Amino acid sequence: MIVVPCPNCGPRNSGDLRNCGELVPRPDPSTASLVEWREYLYMRKNPADWVTETWYCRGGCRRYFTIERNTATNEIRGQEAS
Amino acid sequence: MGKRPPKYSAGALIKHGLTRGDWPRMWRRPEMRSSYDVVIIGGGLHGLATAYYLAENHGITNVAVVDKGYIGGGGSGRNTAIVRSNYLTPEGVAFYDRSLDLYNTMATDLNLNIMFSKRGHLTLAHTDSALRTMHWRAEVNKLQGIDSSVIDAQEVKKQAPSLDVSQNTRYPILGALHHPPGGIVRHDAVVWGYARGADVHDVHILQETEVLDIMVEGGSGPGGKGAGGKVTGVKTSRGDISAPIVVNCTAGWASLISNMAGVPLPITTHPLQAAVTEPCKVFLPTVVVSGSLHVYVSQTDRGELVFGASVDPVGTYRVNGTLEFTEELAGHVLELMPGISKMRLLRQWSGLCDMTPDYSPVMGNTPVEGYLVDVGWGTYGFKAGPVAGETLAETIATGRNADLISAFGIERFTEGDLVGEKGAAAVGH
Repeated sequence: MIVVPCPNCGPRNSGDLRNCGELVPRPDPSTASLVEWREYLYMRKNPADWVTETWYCRGGCRRYFTIERNTATNEIRGQEAS
Repeated sequence: MGKRPPKYSAGALIKHGLTRGDWPRMWRRPEMRSSYDVVIIGGGLHGLATAYYLAENHGITNVAVVDKGYIGGGGSGRNTAIVRSNYLTPEGVAFYDRSLDLYNTMATDLNLNIMFSKRGHLTLAHTDSALRTMHWRAEVNKLQGIDSSVIDAQEVKKQAPSLDVSQNTRYPILGALHHPPGGIVRHDAVVWGYARGADVHDVHILQETEVLDIMVEGGSGPGGKGAGGKVTGVKTSRGDISAPIVVNCTAGWASLISNMAGVPLPITTHPLQAAVTEPCKVFLPTVVVSGSLHVYVSQTDRGELVFGASVDPVGTYRVNGTLEFTEELAGHVLELMPGISKMRLLRQWSGLCDMTPDYSPVMGNTPVEGYLVDVGWGTYGFKAGPVAGETLAETIATGRNADLISAFGIERFTEGDLVGEKGAAAVGH
């Protein structure tokens, strides 16, 4: 079980939220080339290490926020609303 | 070519029984050389099959298969051993059907009993939309000559009498996609068979050898890696190896290895959990899959029920079991087969799946010359192992992606030409 600290609802089981994956900077859609846009859509670092990722509190406040999680151990640190 | 490992036969069994002589080792523990023609990273089914077909079909034998642990210790030993070819896209169907052909003759080809039980495969439909997808798949399959058809609930009951087909359940069974050539295979035997077959051709299987870095020069990224570069070898925990061709067959760890060559992948790693019950009398004659209930079940020759599910929703490299999985699995299995409520789970485990956005693999050459990938095998790597090895060996030998994998190249993600298999592969084991 992974306990995720929602900034609004407090610690919740990860099953109450949705993991939206690692944070990837979004290129400007009006200037990005198709290749840049598709790299944003599909390519991931997928490290076995600390990663900044987005979560969606689907079972509670429905806010999006980012946390840092170590994907090798599932430890969590830091958290901010986004 | 055409070299055969020492025969396993009734005669050999009697001889060894009487003389109590040692059986020959299935593969050796060779000394590592400082250079090879091809280095395959990952000693699972895909890596070993690639090495075997390189030697058997193309005569390339100066090959090393390196694994950080022991062979078959990753996804090859953790899957639920189901094989089938009733996919959704024409590319997928042709590819997986070739794999089934290779499984059909594998016991003879490798002279090892892989315990292929061709018992048929049922994919249940619980909603009208699921039934529609089943009809779609059946038609695509039939067009390519694959034995696949949609059957109604009464026929499902005949195929698998333990299923509850009454219509007043929460997820009533409306019908199923029936695929008679599907079945289950002893997965460890397949790994051992390929390892033994490759070893006979003097391929080096280097276990407990971890790859620490891939050496690339002339690339556009940091350290000369990345697109435009050329592979020169690998650094391992037992020393450096120089090699003009390096192949990534590392499934769940694919991104970590690929990042060493500077080639980003469209992959996220998720654990997939499975479980097995205590053995009981054989009562389930086919493989049963339910996409809506996220479960697939088969009964082994020992009588244990093997359950698998969809991947865990949170990507991680940690492979511990969770109570949520067990709870959900038990609930869903009992929806299908209320009669087994008293059975106990023996154990549960999980393996790492390298998931792609379109549920199809990423195979073949990459922007780094000499660096090939065989990754993105998600939840369907076992059934594809033989054909992946065969086509990858052809790709290495000829330098161009084999026809069967031309749709699975890494460039499809930048060209926007995805091969959507989610309808047949998400939980479709």
